[in-house]
Amino acid sequence: MSIFEYNGSALVAMVGKNCFAIASDRRLGVQLQTIATDFQRISKIHEKLYIGLAGLATDAQTLYQRLVFRHKLYQLREERDMKPETFANLVSAILYEKRFGPYFCQPVIAGLGDNDEPFICTMDSIGAKELAKDFVVGGTASESLYGACESMYKPDMEAEELFETISQALLASVDRDCLSGWGGHVFVVTPTEVIERTLKGRMD
Amino acid sequence: MECVFGLVGNGFALVVADTSAVSSILVHKSNEDKIMILDSHKLMGTSGEHGDRVQFTEYIQKNVALYQFRNGIPLTTAATANFTRNELATALRKNPYSVNVLLAGYDKETGPSLYYIDYIATFHKIEKGAFGYGSYFSLSMMDRLYHSGMSLEEAVDLVDKCILEIRTRLVVAPPNFVIKIVDKDGAREYAWRESIKDAGVSSA
Repeated sequence: MSIFEYNGSALVAMVGKNCFAIASDRRLGVQLQTIATDFQRISKIHEKLYIGLAGLATDAQTLYQRLVFRHKLYQLREERDMKPETFANLVSAILYEKRFGPYFCQPVIAGLGDNDEPFICTMDSIGAKELAKDFVVGGTASESLYGACESMYKPDMEAEELFETISQALLASVDRDCLSGWGGHVFVVTPTEVIERTLKGRMD
Repeated sequence: MECVFGLVGNGFALVVADTSAVSSILVHKSNEDKIMILDSHKLMGTSGEHGDRVQFTEYIQKNVALYQFRNGIPLTTAATANFTRNELATALRKNPYSVNVLLAGYDKETGPSLYYIDYIATFHKIEKGAFGYGSYFSLSMMDRLYHSGMSLEEAVDLVDKCILEIRTRLVVAPPNFVIKIVDKDGAREYAWRESIKDAGVSSA
């Protein structure tokens, strides 16, 4: 079994009208065994920037600690939060540093940039960035997620409709992947508020 | 095969481990204590390579004591768990420890807690957890019979049911188990469940 499939994960981020949504599954497994059904895969960097880390859980946790550290240093020096584009470059650089002994993670970054313009991107485990205008996916369920998002997505959705779309895409995809699932965790971020919701899907 | 499992009850946490020290087909001893008492209110149940297990648990125990000497107050369970994870994570790509850890503790402010830290430093706070082949049986029993806020009698009954299941269904089931508890009165040994007592030296 591939090291990327050791823990199991599903991540998706979508762009809406002046907002974005990022969603993950909640399963933490060790190959075929499920350890926990309340695992947090998406973490906040600052009010308008979230990162989800798919792949090996231990590397996701280590990488997250390093990124929070770097962002806090940046905040102290620059006296402001990092822009999402800058943060994506930082993540890419940190991943490429370990080119020949990488972190086995696939990050999905979502944030509101200048003028609250939504920004999403994903990258592979060695930092190859992939920017997108509509949606990005990651994790063991990524192939199903590509299909579900492609068919369900439409541009310029408002926050509520975006939430419905991303939730349906996530739940449909994780049902086809045995290593991810056990519900979902969705963050919908607009310039004025952050709505965090938990989804209940097929609990298997 | 090594079995370690634990659960959180109403104001206490229990950690149970088998007590056999095995090399291939030989059982060295059946009263090996695999649950280290880190300080007055913390327990660390471990499974894995014997040398790594002893070295790593003693290292953590001494560092927990050092913190208390230096700072005058004990580490919280969460801090200890994160410290343990970071030690495992740092060692992972240099000289990995093959040790799985279930860390249980009681803090005055937050009550009892249990942390799952596997050998590759995957960290998660849990209510019930298990390692090893025994986990296939004990996790299922706990999924069925555990509920949060169990009394000590109920929890020990559940532990006994798990031990019975392991003894019945695991082909190389360990004969003896030790149960340790941590609550507001501290961390201590609760009971042994022996089905084979170590034979004394036989007379020539």
